[in-house]
Amino acid sequence: MSLGNEAGLKAYKAPLRNVFGEALLAVATDNPRVVVLDGDLGNSTKAETVRNTFPERFFNLGIAESNLVGVGAGLAACGFIPWITSFSSFLLCNAYDQIRLAIAMSNINAKVLGSHGGITLGKDGPTQMGIEDFALVGGLPTFVMLVPSDPASMHAAVRAATEYIGPVWLRSSRVSLPEIYPMNACPFEIGKANTVRQGDDLTIIACGIMVAAALDAAALLAREGIGARVVDMHTLRPMDIDAIAAAARETGAIVTAEEHLLTGGMGSNIARIVAMHHPVPMRFVGLADTYTDSGDPDDLLRKYGLTAADIAQAAREAYATKRRLDNGRAG
Amino acid sequence: MSQSVSTSLDLPVLRDMAREVRLDILDATTRAGSGHPSSSWSAVEIVLTLFFGGVLRYRSKDPDWPERDRFIMSKGHAAPLLYAVLAHAGYFDRSELNRLREVDSPVQGHPIQGMMPGVEATTGSLGQGLSVGLGHILGGRLNDLDYRVYVLLGDGECEAGQVWEAAMAAAHFKAGNLIAILDYNKYQETGPISREMALEPLVEKWRSFGWHVTEADGHDFASLLTRLSEAQAVSDQPSIIIAHTVKGKGVSFVEKDFTFHGRALNPQQAALAREEIDHVTW
Repeated sequence: MSLGNEAGLKAYKAPLRNVFGEALLAVATDNPRVVVLDGDLGNSTKAETVRNTFPERFFNLGIAESNLVGVGAGLAACGFIPWITSFSSFLLCNAYDQIRLAIAMSNINAKVLGSHGGITLGKDGPTQMGIEDFALVGGLPTFVMLVPSDPASMHAAVRAATEYIGPVWLRSSRVSLPEIYPMNACPFEIGKANTVRQGDDLTIIACGIMVAAALDAAALLAREGIGARVVDMHTLRPMDIDAIAAAARETGAIVTAEEHLLTGGMGSNIARIVAMHHPVPMRFVGLADTYTDSGDPDDLLRKYGLTAADIAQAAREAYATKRRLDNGRAG
Repeated sequence: MSQSVSTSLDLPVLRDMAREVRLDILDATTRAGSGHPSSSWSAVEIVLTLFFGGVLRYRSKDPDWPERDRFIMSKGHAAPLLYAVLAHAGYFDRSELNRLREVDSPVQGHPIQGMMPGVEATTGSLGQGLSVGLGHILGGRLNDLDYRVYVLLGDGECEAGQVWEAAMAAAHFKAGNLIAILDYNKYQETGPISREMALEPLVEKWRSFGWHVTEADGHDFASLLTRLSEAQAVSDQPSIIIAHTVKGKGVSFVEKDFTFHGRALNPQQAALAREEIDHVTW
């Protein structure tokens, strides 16, 4: 993947899922109340790091996600902090009802790791992809939703999720992501978005792998004299209303970018906030109503319009609309 | 080790309590105008045996006591029964039952964990309680506590795949402290189970999943206590007691009409039901 090249970001070798495994082991080492539940994919989600080090706190419940979630809820009721781990698609789609009753409605202190989010798991194809996770977890009102964008923010997010008391869902990815933040120096407060690039002409609000793509797009736009602010919306709930309202007020145009279906995704929620607080022209980068195919992640991102070039084009359109409206007002 | 159950049952007291709980269920659901009285009545003796037969260790004024035995009402539509027994056990005042299904009431239509003391799991979407119970077993092991977990399952509920996921896992983890009781009243929402789904052979199914299986008369305190006592003695596998019950037990015209599954009695029917429950002869 060439993510981050235009923005001059430093590549990071290990895939984000491996970083999750390291981060999970770190919190399990620090906190003996952390337990890990696996749906027989620990070698893929990398939750197996805990199995290898603390086998007594690791439970493989097999290929049975509904039971997996219920058992996790029971452990949470006993005062443990369960990390319930599997592919995003299998957990949310097989065990949505269990996550809804046993975790969300019961408002218990459980953490759900949805690995292999988005389309960049690539060649295993759409059955394994999690392109609807924002929408599904969006339907669970007590859940905090976290989408780390790089290795440092993954570490910070896993730590913040473990320390937070209540249901948290966290998306992980199969691919490697470049460094946006210095390791161990990622500002990460749940519900507070990070502005990772300043700019006054428009704002690109992105999450997950699309933050690096947004920074690339901002670098492309800079060559054209367009100053793009980039906001890393690492928390999808509670959403940082202040950062969104400020972006609308101060830059006058907003593009959202997400590796998710546009319907029910991050952008639609941001649009609701923009409409309420300070309406400005918007454009949305994400998946149209479609399933994707198997393929190399880069090929898929290109085919389905999730590249820096796509974000830059959406930004040009939003910016042009802003200019047209401004000129109309001036005239 | 967990204490064993007392061998002496005060049958007159338990029978009187069963009468009162049946009336509580009747009053609460009739007042609410909805609910599942017949599904609650079928399991009255089961839940009373657990709470008042010396089976469960609990402290109603310290509901989160870590060493307590857990009771999980997996068939959440029997919420009126759960609430009534918890009230009799001193978890909260019986007057709370008057607020069943009302807005701003913690006594919700189906049990919500955290809203009423003693409610150990959010249930109502069937199939979920056994998994939560297994989680409590694994948590107890990590906490070095040897409490037991009792889960009341519905019979129709056993059509749900999650029940069998949990059954397989509980045997895998040799959850000897996990005891399920199946309220086998032979009816589900739309009709007799034998007509709607091939649930049998139940004993063989549970046994093949690695469970210790017995059967009981679900309305006979002595029969239930004997089976519970046997289950407590099993240490290396989970146990299930298939309790044969009568849906709507205690009210003849409800026993004969399965369409009462999801509806309350109207005031006229309730008056007749009260008469029968008050003059119980079975």
